[in-house]
Amino acid sequence: MSYQARFKVWRGDADGGGLADFEVAVNEGEVVLDIIHRLQATAAPDLAVRWNCKAGKCGSCSAEINGRPRLMCMTRMSVFDPAETITVTPMRAFPVVRDLVTDVSYNYAKAREVPAFVPPAELGPGQYRMQQEDVGRIQEFRKCIECFLCQDTCHVVRDHEENKGAFAGPRFLMRVAELDMHPLDAADEAGVDRRRGAREDHGLGYCNITKCCSEVCPEHIKITDNALIPLKERVVDRSYDPLVWLGNKIRRRQGT
Amino acid sequence: MATGTDPEVSAAADDHPARGVHHASRAAIPARHLRADRWWLTPAATAAGLLAFVAYSTWRAFAGDAYYAAPYVSPFYSPCLAANCVDMNGGADWELVGSWWRLSPALLILIFPLGFRLTCYYYRKAYYRGFWASPPACAVPEPHATYTGETRFPLILQNVHRYFFYFAVIVAGILTYDAVLGFRDADGAWGHMGLGTLVLLANIALIWAYTLSCHSCRHIVGGRLRNFSKHPVRYRMWGWVSALNARHMQLAWASLVSVAVADLYVYLVASGAFDDPRFF
Repeated sequence: MSYQARFKVWRGDADGGGLADFEVAVNEGEVVLDIIHRLQATAAPDLAVRWNCKAGKCGSCSAEINGRPRLMCMTRMSVFDPAETITVTPMRAFPVVRDLVTDVSYNYAKAREVPAFVPPAELGPGQYRMQQEDVGRIQEFRKCIECFLCQDTCHVVRDHEENKGAFAGPRFLMRVAELDMHPLDAADEAGVDRRRGAREDHGLGYCNITKCCSEVCPEHIKITDNALIPLKERVVDRSYDPLVWLGNKIRRRQGT
Repeated sequence: MATGTDPEVSAAADDHPARGVHHASRAAIPARHLRADRWWLTPAATAAGLLAFVAYSTWRAFAGDAYYAAPYVSPFYSPCLAANCVDMNGGADWELVGSWWRLSPALLILIFPLGFRLTCYYYRKAYYRGFWASPPACAVPEPHATYTGETRFPLILQNVHRYFFYFAVIVAGILTYDAVLGFRDADGAWGHMGLGTLVLLANIALIWAYTLSCHSCRHIVGGRLRNFSKHPVRYRMWGWVSALNARHMQLAWASLVSVAVADLYVYLVASGAFDDPRFF
């Protein structure tokens, strides 16, 4: 079944812009990205949009559809009422480049600030052996496709540009959690305190666990429950719980 | 096929302060948000539910009467630590505080479950969204000009959650004792069961499920470990707690309702509104 849908698509750049109205054909089985491509092919050949795989795996076509951060390629047209006007805008937490394309370099800057995996000194390449139960929980975090929808929806930076310096955002706090849970990461031995870093360098305390990052994740990663809250609890171990501190001192045991 | 029109160009709107989604670098969209769904429904329902419980529990906590109808004691008043508690016939009426306490004995003990729920990771989400609008819903701007989250006093105190968890385990243990005493009759003889016994049992089951599904519990039980393979028993326990933890929100609400229902039941029986139906 085909029908004519009404779309409002944001057109413009850093100097300004607005929502442009379109009427465009929609066919059965199509997703929002198909419609954007049809607009490029017909009414708006210079419409800028970033996309690549069209399969929800490259994380390129992030945008906001009817005000909700989503991947355009994973948003089926069938979820909308044919009579409804669909609004597509670029992600509103990042500087706009043009039309639906935003400058996501904030995320790459934050990625560089996370200390990398520290290889254990006693193991060489090819000698890493890990049990499945030790890596199972961090494999969930490796599903991340870096679409940055979680970063876009997080109110800490979306509503407060001034926090971008202090706050790494859910995606990169999840990266810190992943490394802190990694069975072979030798950060402690190298003098890298990931838990202190999470609090002091990456702004974990800014997160108020309102779970929008988890709500918008197209990979359905439980970012808040499985990464951010466990990381907060690890920071409590390190910074706020004198009983744990005392226990570690007495038993000389850490990172078990 | 398509009827594209030139967009109505607007630079960053002057009538909005240049912050958040209206920051000069971002796409110039005058609307604060473009969500067309009923995003306000969840925070409104959450706030209404929490307010209803706060109103009810405040009334009952300050009332100081009709909290014991042998053999049932209201969960709001157990353990009863003041000298002005009624005699509970082997129940948890321990006069630890003494006779100088003149207010309702519930106030002495409710601080612990209140602190546990106030610092709970789920309830934090609920009241940050429902009451503080920080944010009210995803991609809906919060109204506050600045935001420091849980980095400073007083919200940095949310990190004491695990201490309240320890107290919550003790309180849940005492409420379990109360529920077991529900199998005695009003004279203290075993072999009794009434509708009140079932109410207390259902309540304590939900209280335990909520308490054990806590994120701090999940961390303490096994989440803090780096190598699960070296701790197979804790790994298994972590798996169980994780399964419960996935339903933490539902358990938070179910136990909140059950504790109010258990108190209301005891109140109605104690105040003579009706007699407890007895099974045996």
